[in-house]
Amino acid sequence: MHSKTIAQLISGLRNKEFSSVELTQHFLDRIAAHDDRYNSFITLTGDIALTQAQVADQRLAAGDAPALCGVPIAHKDIFCTKGVRTSCASKMLDNFIAPYDATIVENYQQAGAVMLGKTNMDEFAMGSSNETSYYGPVKNPWNTNCVPGGSSGGSAAAVAALLAPGATASDTGGSIRQPAALCGLTGIKPTYGRVSRYGMIAFASSLDQAGVLTRSAEDAAIMLNTMASFDAKDSTCVDQPLEDYTQGLAASLNGLTIGIPDEYFGEGLNPKTAEAVQAAIKTYQSLGATIKPISLPHTHLAVPAYYVIAPAECSANLSRFDGVRYGHRCEDPKDLADLYKRSRGEGFGNEVKRRILVGAYALSAGYYDAYYNKAQQVRRLIKQDFVEAFADVDVILGPTAPNPAFEFGAKGGDPVAMYLEDIYTIATNLAGLPGLSIPCGLIDGKPIGLQLIGNYFAEGKLLNVAHQFQQATDFHQQTAPATA
Amino acid sequence: MEWETVIGLEIHVQLSTQSKIFSGASTAFGAAPNSQACAVDLAMPGTLPVANEQAFKFAVMFGLAMNADIGKRSVFERKNYFYPDLPKGYQTTQLEEPIVGPGVIEVELASGETKSIRLHHAHLEEDAGKSLHEDYHGMSGIDLNRAGTPLIEIVSEPDMRTAEEAVAYLKKIHSIITYLGISDGDMSQGSMRCDANVSVRLKGEEKLGTRCEIKNINSFKFVEKAINIEAARQIDLIEDGGSVVQETRLFDVDKSETRSMRSKEVANDYRYFPCPDLLPVILDDDYIETIRNTLPELPDAKRDRFVSEHGLSKYDAAVLTTDRPTADFFEAVAKGSGEAKLAANWVMVDLAAYLNKSETTLATCPVNAEQLAGLISRIKDGTISGKIAKQVFEAMTNGEGDADTIIDKHGLKQVSDTGAIEKMVDEVIANNPAQVNNYKNADDKKRPKMLGFFVGQIMKASKGQANPQAVNEILLKKLGEQ
Repeated sequence: MHSKTIAQLISGLRNKEFSSVELTQHFLDRIAAHDDRYNSFITLTGDIALTQAQVADQRLAAGDAPALCGVPIAHKDIFCTKGVRTSCASKMLDNFIAPYDATIVENYQQAGAVMLGKTNMDEFAMGSSNETSYYGPVKNPWNTNCVPGGSSGGSAAAVAALLAPGATASDTGGSIRQPAALCGLTGIKPTYGRVSRYGMIAFASSLDQAGVLTRSAEDAAIMLNTMASFDAKDSTCVDQPLEDYTQGLAASLNGLTIGIPDEYFGEGLNPKTAEAVQAAIKTYQSLGATIKPISLPHTHLAVPAYYVIAPAECSANLSRFDGVRYGHRCEDPKDLADLYKRSRGEGFGNEVKRRILVGAYALSAGYYDAYYNKAQQVRRLIKQDFVEAFADVDVILGPTAPNPAFEFGAKGGDPVAMYLEDIYTIATNLAGLPGLSIPCGLIDGKPIGLQLIGNYFAEGKLLNVAHQFQQATDFHQQTAPATA
Repeated sequence: MEWETVIGLEIHVQLSTQSKIFSGASTAFGAAPNSQACAVDLAMPGTLPVANEQAFKFAVMFGLAMNADIGKRSVFERKNYFYPDLPKGYQTTQLEEPIVGPGVIEVELASGETKSIRLHHAHLEEDAGKSLHEDYHGMSGIDLNRAGTPLIEIVSEPDMRTAEEAVAYLKKIHSIITYLGISDGDMSQGSMRCDANVSVRLKGEEKLGTRCEIKNINSFKFVEKAINIEAARQIDLIEDGGSVVQETRLFDVDKSETRSMRSKEVANDYRYFPCPDLLPVILDDDYIETIRNTLPELPDAKRDRFVSEHGLSKYDAAVLTTDRPTADFFEAVAKGSGEAKLAANWVMVDLAAYLNKSETTLATCPVNAEQLAGLISRIKDGTISGKIAKQVFEAMTNGEGDADTIIDKHGLKQVSDTGAIEKMVDEVIANNPAQVNNYKNADDKKRPKMLGFFVGQIMKASKGQANPQAVNEILLKKLGEQ
């Protein structure tokens, strides 16, 4: 059962091949048996899962089954889940039981999905390797000496290890797409505003966007159908008509124009990654697509601009964690300053502290214009690059990450080297565009990701382009060696 | 040396929206601590703000009433600082692009002069919660009911030169916000709070002196006092060879002094930046015009209308229009009685004296406008005299009902029956032969004064109910016949 896709599980449940309780128990058993190796979950919610599965079975029997009825999934521990610890992988929230459900969590409940548990991640989603979690690093199922990518590393590892058929995730600078690439999965970050951010613990509000990690583009389309909604509780949510993303999957790519940005194939790209991506381009040509070289001239400014804007926003977003109302509070504070200093000093890890400091500095008097304002100007230029490119092409294609999964500690001493892992994914967050990663090969037994970037609200097109590739190739069907 | 005081005011006004500026929680005052704070107000992880449209409407109403520019694009920013009653660790406010831009209003001074005060801008922001320092065994309690209550902060230019002008301006703002119904303006409950920026300079000097900000002054009287005390302090300081340090000061009512709050010697860096959770708010002309069309008549317009329509003096009209309940009450009385000038007198003199003495307001006053109009109607139609009317009014304040009921119950109806009056006149003349004799022998100049004696006797005999005009006529006739 665990190797089935979500599409297959939905039909298996409806055809009574197995019940949701059986299916759920099977995944809970697998997690119990195997997750020691990967550390992909922070909190398991077996009781809730089985209760939800029972309800799902009743609805299936009654012929009243919503879209994901009875399908088990995992939620990244960045989404608030009522009555369940929501830690954001931080000591700060180790004791935090969320009093409400995130909008996307509600959406999945209403669609009948079953929650297996909450997945591990980089602390407050700050990291590209899942090494910053308070609950310890997540290991890549393809090679447990290597990182799964981050920040949604727990969601990626759980799906790659077949401990969950799909998982929710979030992406601020590549946190869905890079782990998808490193774990051989399909991962989509929708257009900013397509999915509600209400109940998703904020890292950088203008960049954060929830999405999904699955084993195929079709599964991603199914899961995104439920996740996407207009939510009046999120002022940045866009009231755009909803569409059924599975409808356009089968469309032919004849006449499709794919843009290949020069800047995504320059220095720093692993030659073997480049080779796999070039092979994928040939596949697309054989599927009828036209390839067009394009330029995104401000690409080199994306990482520097991002590492001003994201920390600036995070420096304010994380101020609420002060030990006063919830979360970690130091022992015996002697006064207010002591309460703040020690609660925050003890509650946050080093990468989080680094970003708060960088952000506070970038916003401070005398530096604001040079850093924050300049970064916002750069952001507009990057967006303009894409707007111009999409005048001529339907989608943009390139590598997701420069390298396959690296070993633990490989970038430990050098935050900038770590930040450069997101060099191809960050620009889409700055522009607010949808991006998707699908597997396109292996290097030394480790997966490589192909990134597709679409125009605003072109998730359907992106999934179609990804699905057609997966109809012509079998990279997405390969699973990590130890998972069978 | 002649000194000049320069004053600018920052006024915080709580808007009387049903719910908070960024959440659906209630804004009602006086609930149990933290019972009106939802997940958004508590800054629970993952919560997001949604702007309250009513707060924007109120702010636009205020801007239009102040003849100010309306910010067609306004942007919320985050003002970052840590304090336990600020749950997010930042206050959501406006800085670069506020909802209300520059404007100007006229204020009336006691001298009869008017003065123009310029508005620098007014912006929307959220209120903080409250720290409670008593009754928590040495710890501080936090009440977040107030957190997220919408405020407009109204920032004037430093255009005021005396405490009197500052108070007149503050009262004008109070009058405008209560007329608009956008706030209850209650300073004692903190619905309206005032900070005063005060500096002094030699008269004729162009350059502004170093200013001090006096925080959170909570009554009109204290504003006047605090400014005068602070100006005197600065003048003394400079005359003694010292210089003013820019700082925030606290007004101590009991000690009649301002003193340094000494909170932070270093300048705060609030690291403002646009709030990424809230999009810029764009208002189009239609939206603004629709609000303009719903504006009530404002104090100045009402004052001018009272002069032209009701024939009141400008002074009376200004007094009656200072607050809207009084103006509305007066108009109802004037309309109900058809006697605007009498109505103005009764509202400004008798009613005001009663409210003052009994420490009540129009809202809780036992005399309603209809009753007062009924009373005036009875004066007008001669049923009672002005003097008896005071007695009837007093009965009204005791809740005895309308004028006719009281007049009936106490038998206060004026006697205009000439037969009855003639009888009383005859008796008084018969009982006072010496006075009658004196009257007859007096010259025309002295007679009116002497007539008063007889009138007094008759009024006494009639318990004040005899129609004075009829008494006069009959007396003159009968005395002439003697």
